[in-house]
Amino acid sequence: MAVITYRDALNQALREEMRRDPDIFLMGEEVGAYQGAYKVSRGLLEEFGEWRVRDMPIAELGFTGLGVGAAMVGLRPIVEYMTWSFALLAIDGIVNSAAKMRYMSGGQFKMPITFRGPSGAANQLAATHSQALDSWYAHVPGLKVVAPATARDAKGLLKSAIRDDDPVVFLEGELLYGSKDDVPEAEDFTLPLGVSEIKRPGRDVTVVVHSRPLHSALAAAETLEREDGISVEVIDPRTLRPMDIDTVLESVRRTNRCVIVEEGWPVCGIGSQIVDDIQREAFDYLDAPIARVTGADAPHPYATNLEQLHFPQADLIVKAIRQVCYRD
Amino acid sequence: MATKITQSDKLLGLDRAALVEMLRWMILGRRFEERAGEMYQLGEVGGFCHLYIGQEAVAVGALTPLRSDDYVITAYRDHVHGLVRGMDPGAIMAELFGRIDGSSKGKGGSMHLFDSSVNFLGGHAIVGGHLPIAVGIGYAIRYRDTDQVCVCFLGDSVANIGAFNEALNMAALFQLPVVFIIENNQYGMGTAVHRAAAIENLADRACAYSGMQGWTIEGMEVLEVRRTVELAVERARSHKLPSLIEAKTYRFVGHSMSDPNYGHYRTKEEVHQFKAHDDPIKGYIEILRAHGTIKESDLSDIEAEVKKIVDDSVEFAKQSPVPQPDDLYNDIYSEEYPDARRRDPWR
Repeated sequence: MAVITYRDALNQALREEMRRDPDIFLMGEEVGAYQGAYKVSRGLLEEFGEWRVRDMPIAELGFTGLGVGAAMVGLRPIVEYMTWSFALLAIDGIVNSAAKMRYMSGGQFKMPITFRGPSGAANQLAATHSQALDSWYAHVPGLKVVAPATARDAKGLLKSAIRDDDPVVFLEGELLYGSKDDVPEAEDFTLPLGVSEIKRPGRDVTVVVHSRPLHSALAAAETLEREDGISVEVIDPRTLRPMDIDTVLESVRRTNRCVIVEEGWPVCGIGSQIVDDIQREAFDYLDAPIARVTGADAPHPYATNLEQLHFPQADLIVKAIRQVCYRD
Repeated sequence: MATKITQSDKLLGLDRAALVEMLRWMILGRRFEERAGEMYQLGEVGGFCHLYIGQEAVAVGALTPLRSDDYVITAYRDHVHGLVRGMDPGAIMAELFGRIDGSSKGKGGSMHLFDSSVNFLGGHAIVGGHLPIAVGIGYAIRYRDTDQVCVCFLGDSVANIGAFNEALNMAALFQLPVVFIIENNQYGMGTAVHRAAAIENLADRACAYSGMQGWTIEGMEVLEVRRTVELAVERARSHKLPSLIEAKTYRFVGHSMSDPNYGHYRTKEEVHQFKAHDDPIKGYIEILRAHGTIKESDLSDIEAEVKKIVDDSVEFAKQSPVPQPDDLYNDIYSEEYPDARRRDPWR
């Protein structure tokens, strides 16, 4: 184990996988000579050369399709977007081509491609650069969607995403790149897709949360334990499609209360689906209506005070948990 | 700059077998599409069905010189490209019928034909969406350092979409062995090319990309198409340089089966003019006759052989079962559908 940043964990995952399999290549804007807009690909061009670490023109639709074509004939491309907001220009390649190629060809063409890059808000980048479009991609059959919140998860899940034979949308937290935690150094360390993790065990209420708001939820849990004596269980699904909903259901059946947190907008969000999963499969176990804490239902603002108001902050999560525990 | 080529009365040094083979493919393409149209009228074929009648010289001229390990990708008017590339006619017809023995097990339909066994990579129905895919195939060829080539067909309307520039720029930038062939059939659906593109010859756009050669050619002459594609393929195979060929052609039928052959956007006279004086099959037969390459019995032999192939394809499609209900959820992921419990249970 070593304490490293989320950024370096991703770098390790890329490097280890590219050393393991010569069919893997990385492409995107500024991934090579610039060493990555967020330095995730630092040193890779020097080690692997330009055919395996390819700087692309600013042409997201073009290089996304390039990845799809390369995957159709057996390579394993990793497509980096400078932000997932820019991938809006490439969504035809992701949704129409990558997600459906296997199905439309009757299973003839697999699609081992990883689309990755920073997602969600950063600091004061305003509406076009601050979006958590997780549910857009999770909506699409044929895609897998992963959103790690810690350096350990980022490394283990990225390696699995790269090895997967299906297209994986890999959503990195733009504000998580500098965060640190213990990451296994063994080259065979991977974490399976589609497995939730209980990040903090608890008895009284279940919080389901992914990506950066995990850390707000953990802070909220600390506060409630200390101030209210409420024991909060925090579950991170980590993979949004397919989602390991069993871990969530098992928890809700014990705690009988649930709060779902996400950075994205509330309408048709990831939490909307989880609410449905719970009401279908654990309706009789609920002692309170499920609460959701989300990004504000507004475009992301520039002004610092408004931006902070937009996030699903720990204080909002505290209020929601108190509400479902009837302690407000 | 694009090179304008207009004449081709030489037989390209091809032997009789190769010349007759091209005619056979053109006639098979024509008859297959005529039958597909009939099957649509009878309700056996559904969805959008875009027929290739009138454009046969392009697919046949472009695909016959390729090697079996080259790659081919096209748009949604794809039946004849699949046929000439070597797909089983029965599998294509069964796909049009939506049957389990179709090339995509009935899940793709007319616009999404695929056959990995002959390196036919679709069948793509979002205009422009497949050009970057072709570039990726070219990238993989360079990545593996082989001498394969990717041939990418596109319609004239694609020349105006952003993906066209993104793809051609990358093909030239990375020096990829991709041959782009614009099938300019004069109309993007019902919009005449001159009403959509601010340029006379679409292949002139090649001059925007270093190392890319452009040709505008007579797409009704199969030998002209073949000669040009051979040049472009050689540039790709030996020099890793992309090309842009514009083959000027014409579809004798509507955009799809729901579009009449003439009416609002083109006149009856225009269509009849092309059919009477610019039919690529008639024109090619005249050339072969003039050179003494074929005799009347060859034509009747080809027609008889082709009729049997088409008849058999329809029979095969009719005999093939429809997909099973479980197939709805197959082939979405590499493993069994992982979110199965989120389905509604009543289906």
